[in-house]
Formats: sequence, structure tokens, C-alpha cells
Amino acid sequence: MKNYDIVIIGGGPAGLAAAVSAKRNGIERILILEREKELGGILNQCIHNGFGLHTFNEELTGPEYAQRFIDEAEELKIEYKLNTMVMDISREKVVTAMNREEGLFEIRAKAVILAMGCRERSRGALNIPGYRPAGIYSAGTAQRLVNMEGLMPGREVVILGSGDIGLIMARRMTLEGAKVKAVAELMPYSGGLKRNIVQCLDDYRIPLKLSHTVVDIKGKERLEGVTLAEVDKTGKPIPGTEEEYSCDTLLLSVGLIPENELSRGMGVKISSVTSGPVVNESLETNIEGVFACGNVLHVHDLVDFVSEEAGTAGKNAAAYVKGELQTEGGQEIRLNPADGVRYTVPASINTARMGEDVTVRFRVEAVFKNCCISAYFDDERVIRKKRQIAAPGEMEEIRLTKEQFQKYPDLKMVTVKIEEE
Amino acid sequence: MKGEMTAMYDVIIIGGGVSGTASARELSRYKVRACVLEKEEDVCCGTSKANSGIVHAGYDAEPGSLMAKLNVRGNEMMEQLSKDLDFPFQRIGSLVICRSREEMPGLQKLYDKGSANGVKNLKILNREEVLEMEPNITDNVYAALYAPTAGIVCPFSLNIALAENAYTNGIEFRFNTEVQNIRKINGEYEICTNRGTFRTKYVVNAAGVYADKFHNMVSEKKIHITARRGEYCLLDKSAGTHVNRTVFPLPAKYGKGVLVTPTVHGNLLVGPTAFDIENKEGTNTTREGLDEVISKAEQNVKNLPMRQVITSFAGLRAHEDGAEFIIGEPEDAKGFIDCAGIESPGLSSCPAIGEMVAGILQERLKLERKENFIAARKGILDPDKLTKEERAELIRREPAYGNIICRCEMITEGEILDAIRRPLGARSLDGIKRRTRAGMGRCQSGFCSPRTMEILARELQVSMSDITKSGGNSRLVTGMNKATL
Repeated sequence: MKNYDIVIIGGGPAGLAAAVSAKRNGIERILILEREKELGGILNQCIHNGFGLHTFNEELTGPEYAQRFIDEAEELKIEYKLNTMVMDISREKVVTAMNREEGLFEIRAKAVILAMGCRERSRGALNIPGYRPAGIYSAGTAQRLVNMEGLMPGREVVILGSGDIGLIMARRMTLEGAKVKAVAELMPYSGGLKRNIVQCLDDYRIPLKLSHTVVDIKGKERLEGVTLAEVDKTGKPIPGTEEEYSCDTLLLSVGLIPENELSRGMGVKISSVTSGPVVNESLETNIEGVFACGNVLHVHDLVDFVSEEAGTAGKNAAAYVKGELQTEGGQEIRLNPADGVRYTVPASINTARMGEDVTVRFRVEAVFKNCCISAYFDDERVIRKKRQIAAPGEMEEIRLTKEQFQKYPDLKMVTVKIEEE
Repeated sequence: MKGEMTAMYDVIIIGGGVSGTASARELSRYKVRACVLEKEEDVCCGTSKANSGIVHAGYDAEPGSLMAKLNVRGNEMMEQLSKDLDFPFQRIGSLVICRSREEMPGLQKLYDKGSANGVKNLKILNREEVLEMEPNITDNVYAALYAPTAGIVCPFSLNIALAENAYTNGIEFRFNTEVQNIRKINGEYEICTNRGTFRTKYVVNAAGVYADKFHNMVSEKKIHITARRGEYCLLDKSAGTHVNRTVFPLPAKYGKGVLVTPTVHGNLLVGPTAFDIENKEGTNTTREGLDEVISKAEQNVKNLPMRQVITSFAGLRAHEDGAEFIIGEPEDAKGFIDCAGIESPGLSSCPAIGEMVAGILQERLKLERKENFIAARKGILDPDKLTKEERAELIRREPAYGNIICRCEMITEGEILDAIRRPLGARSLDGIKRRTRAGMGRCQSGFCSPRTMEILARELQVSMSDITKSGGNSRLVTGMNKATL
């Protein structure tokens, strides 16, 4: 059995940034396992621009952004295997993987970084009634067909869900010659970034129908049309509001789910809110030496933040391998999401293990206008950030520093919440 | 195809569902020229593909009925058949849940019917015994009928295995061939289809919800089949052990009610509803139907993790007015063998239906047994069932088994190639899915469909835009980018 210091599961943006960071932090034997035929992950099909504004101060396409990290990984001579599927990871960090050339093989790792990304929610998960013809795609599948294969999934399109991939695909399908008739969104607000609504829908006069959903699907062989209806506050269709749309394609952009089957299999504790591992300040899971980052941890909006988070995971995994992370003592502080905050990543902080600061990322559960994001150290408010608008579609963050914690030696819990201004 | 006007058969079987292919497979034991006509592009496209996948014990049908006889016989035959033809079957047992003392006579009646039908080892369990066996049964349970002989089967694998084995033994299959008219001429039948005319001595009418249409073309003793829609929800494998046996409510007027069952592949299946409809192609699900599935299932099983639903679907049962299987010749149409009204327990009964139909044909046609009948068929190899060493060896020999295409179900390129290349191989995405399970998992083919399409296009030597979901007009892509600009 081959031995590595760090094995990284997934060679997308998270896995690449984690590898580069671990290498720069002094780890030699690193291996990335990637199931696709090339590194870069989902970025390879994201041919639109807008990536890298935070990381590189320029607007790159997805493949360009990925290439920066691939080049760096190549320069650093980081080992990787492509077309390789990880079948199982044991609690003892033995990774079983498979590919055409080597068959089934095992690798022992001192540390594992989970960077498998996420998958799209399917029609089935929504239980949309109707027929099951050809022409119903998740937005990402359609994106792959159009951007990687040059194939059009259809000519007349309705999109359900205003997640970013759905919005991006509304524009892409239009540019490639399809007619996008409407984007329907169940919630009274979009799940995507504001800039994508402007650049992908408004610029092309594609109507965004908030509080609407698909209530029927027609066509036995190929999709012939869908029925949209308005929904009430509980998400139930309102009778009498049905509208027929003839179309041959329905794209679904109704949420992303972290792909944690491997994590579950090895006994990693999963949060029921994020569907990702529960991690501490080092982005380490409940299993020592197993770290998680990127969309497998929680779904991100911007790849820049994935890279940053993965860099942290890589650095901490390196520290773990070098024996620098296993520190005794320090305060164990629980992070408590409350009043409008759905979750926080990480879920806890140990003041001895943390560096100078920890970035806490989270999402709010509804649209809040003219509000404050507050952090309470036990009962005392320490952070108060004014926000004109906070929405579930845009990830929020606060930074907690060692210096702050030093002022509260008996601190048990930090509560993050939304307050009125 | 007009040139084939004079094609002459001993037997033509209309329909490639389980009844038709079980009949074909049994018939293939004999020296006979026979052909299955199927209107879809593959076998297992109608009632046989969308049902509960249950092999019933046999306590539901009225004692003395054909349903009772064939169900019990089919159940007995299923185990050996699953070994011969290599499809998954598990005898997991079933429970019929009774929630009050007032319902006890109904449960007792089922027990008595079962005993009369020859169902073995039936037992009425009290509340504690039921909860001991299945902790997720409702706390309101009063008693249950336990039938250890009930089982579950993969309906696709069963249907496809029957067809492949029949084909291997010389039965012809014609797909995309829709029967339009049947006439009796000089003691023989002339069958007109969209792909030419066929002549045959005998017809087996295994046309599912359309069996009444064909029967009524040749017989004055009319039958009438109603499409009875059943809607289902399928849950992810993470919910697969919520119950370990098939859990039924007490049967009602329209059938056996909404059941909760593990599937042979480890998912959890919930359904069906029962709703009579006019449209014999009405396999759409409805909001009301899916809501009913959930609310009724929750009456018998608690804490159902309905957030784990990965897909929903509907199937049509072929309900004849007399609520009984109709197998045999109408008095006024000799040579026309009905296999009609095959609703539940049709899947359970299919091995016995095949045996009965082939028996009739053998007697009439005085068919001789083949010496070279091949009883066994190997299914698509499941690498998960190999040891690590065997699997490594397989990949060395055939690297395609090292290439995972469907990540959710862990299906390799090797299995997909086998599905395409074997007898009566897959021609569409759904054909691959029914044979290998690629695309049947939690992402519902989001990741693997473009890859599977590529493999299909390569193997069938057609372009990607010719690949369909399920034949006909179900093309998956409409052309190249910018083609319409």
C-alpha cells in the first residue's frame, strides 16, 4: 500500500487550493484523486466570466481561474491521478480508489482533505407532478452539454429555480439560439447573486417570476410544455393562477447538495442544515486529521471564497501532519447560529488551535433589509455590522480574532444573529 | 418492410412486458417459430416497468380464482427462476397492518383466504410482535398478518431476463412495431402493424392495458380494461432500511393499498394510489396522487423520511371489469390466447402465466421439446459482488470496469457496454438505466447522462443528437449550439 502525507479527494477548485496550500506549508507527499479526465472540477464548464475578482483582482472565466491553480499545482509538482474514483475511505484514512490503469488500489494517508463538491437537486427531490419525458435537465447538466459538447438540450426553455447556474444558463441558452420564456422561483426572492439577475435575465428581458413553481409537466416522449402557478406563503400553488408555457426544455436550478456519501461512509458527522461535515476552526471534522473545504462543506456562491477556505484547510492539514495542530488546552467555544442565521462554518473554535483569526461564514434564512449582523460573546455584543440587505443567496462572513477572545477568558459561546438596525 | 408481408409464424405474442416475455420464454423450450411484437423500442415499457416489484404471497385473491392459483404458483417458481435467469429476488416477507380491534375480522379473512389458497406459514402477530419485528410501524398497530413467503423482485431485471433468454432460445423480437389490426383469415390470423403484416397460427394477447382492444377485434364476447393509475415515490438508499419487510394496509376496494417496502436494490418504495383513468397512456403523476401516497403511507409507518425522495412515477394497472386474469381462448376465437386483465398480482404470477400460456400452445400446436434449450442466462456482471482481488483482475482484463460512469450507483463503463452489446441490448438512456441502474440514483442521471449518451453514440455508431431517452421522439438534444441563430 502506498503512503501519502495528505490525500485530497477531488481536484476541483477546493482540492487544488488545498493542495497548493499544504505544499507551501511544507508537506511533500500530497496526492489529489480526481474522478474526471482533467483537473478543475465544475469550473471547466463555467465558461462565463466573473471569477477571481477577490483572488486575482481581475475577471476570469471558470477554466482560466482553474488554470491558475492547475499551473501552480504543476509547478509545485503535486501528484494527481485523473479518471480515478474513490470508492471508500476508512476511519483509519485508508483510501480505496479505482481507475482503468491501476484497477482497485489502496492508499494510506496521514491526513485526508474532503473536496468532493456538490451535486444538483433533481426533479424527483421536488416531487413535481406530471409526465417524465426527455427534455428535463438540471441546469448544470445542460451547461455541460452546451459548453463542453456543443449540444443544445432544446430550443424553447423554461427554467425552474433562480440559483446562479439557472441564471447563467438562461443567458447561455439565449446566446446559443434558444428562447428562454421564463425563470420561475418558488421563493419570494432569488436564490442567486444580484449581479447574475441583472446580467443574465434583465439584460435579455427574461421574466423572473417570483413565488411561482411548476405544477404540471406535459409530453410523453419529449417535453411539450409546463404549467406554472403562483404559490402562497407556505409554498402551495394557488388554484386559478395556472399559466401554460409551451416549451421543449425545462431546466432545474433548485439547489445544490454537498456530496458527502464518502464522508458518511467513514463516520464523519454531517450537519442537517448544510448537509456538509460539522467542522471546527481548523475545518477539521469529528475525525482527527480529516478536513473539509469548498462545496462539500457548504455550498458557496463565489469560487474565490472556496479557494480561500481550501487554503485554510490545506494549511491546517499540513500543521496536523507536522504535529502542530494537536494542542492541549485553550477555550472550546461553540458558535451558535440564531435569529435569522441558518448555520455557521465552523461550528466551534478552540482558541489554542486557531491562528490570529478565524473567518466564520454563514447564510441568512430570509431577505433582511437595513439590518445588522451581530456577534454576541456570551451575552455581550462584540460585533455589529450594518447591512442594507442580507439575502439567502449571498453568503455572509464575520472575522473573529484571537485578540477578541483574549478579553473573554471564560467565554463559552458566540451567538451570530440578525438584528434590526 | 412490405416485402415481409408473407412472414408466417406459429405464434405471435403481442407485448413485451412480463406476461408476453414469460410466455415467450416458456414457449422457447419447444421447436416453434414465434415472434414478440412490441410497440416501444424495448421490452418492459408499460405496466411491467412501473409497479411495486412485489412477489405477493397469495392471500389476497379469492380462493378458487385463477389469480389465486397463479399467484401462489408464480411465487413458488420465482426463486428458481431468479437463479436460472440471474435477476435479484429476495424473500423478505410481508406484513398487513391492522390498526384496530374492529378491523380484525378483515385480517382474519385474509388469513383464511391465504390458507385456502395454499399460502404457507401465514401467521397473525400481535402488536408487540409486530413492533419487535419492525420498530417503525405505527404505534397504533393492533395486529398484523405476517406472510414470510412474500418477496421483492426487480421488475426490469425479471422482464429483461425473460426476454433475453427467450431470444437466446430462438424467439424473435420486433420493436417499434405497433399492432393496428388483427383479422382471422382461413383459420389463421393476419396482424397488421406499422411495420408490415404478419401471419400466424396463434396469437398471444399480452398487450397490457390494450389487451381489450385486440381481444375485441376478434371476439364478440367483449372485455373491458380500465387503466388504473398507481403513483409512487422512491426514496434514497439512505432510507432503505426504514422497514425490512413489505408493509401493507388492509386491502380496500381498489386494491392492496399504499405499501411501504424496501426494494431489491436497497431503496425504499412508497405507493401506489389507485385511480381509474380514461387515457391508457396516462402515466403522469399528480399533486393529489403524490400527497395521497405520503399521507396513506404514514398511517402505517412512522417517521417516513420523505425528504429523501429521489423520484416519483406512475404506472397503469390493466384492470378488467371482472377483476380476474383472463387467460385462454375466447370461445369464438380459436387460436387467440388472451393474457388479459393482468393486474396485481400479475408480476408475482408471471412465471406461472408463462407456463400456462406455453402449455396451451404446446398442446394445440403439438410442439416438441428442444434438446438444446438453454435454461440459464447470466445477468450483467455486478462488480460490487466480487472480492477486491476478483475486481482488480476483472479491471486488468477489461479496463472499462475500472471506469465509473454513474457515481451514485457506482456503475462502470463495463456494465454499460455489456447492457448495449448483449442480446436485445439497450438502445436508449432508459434502456441502460433499466439494465444497469445507471442514472437511477440520487442525482437522477444529472452527472452520468452526457457520458452514457457518449457511450451509446459510440457503440451504436450514431450521433449524439440521435440518442433518445426512451426511443421514438424522446431525443435528448435538439442539435448543435447556435444552429438556430
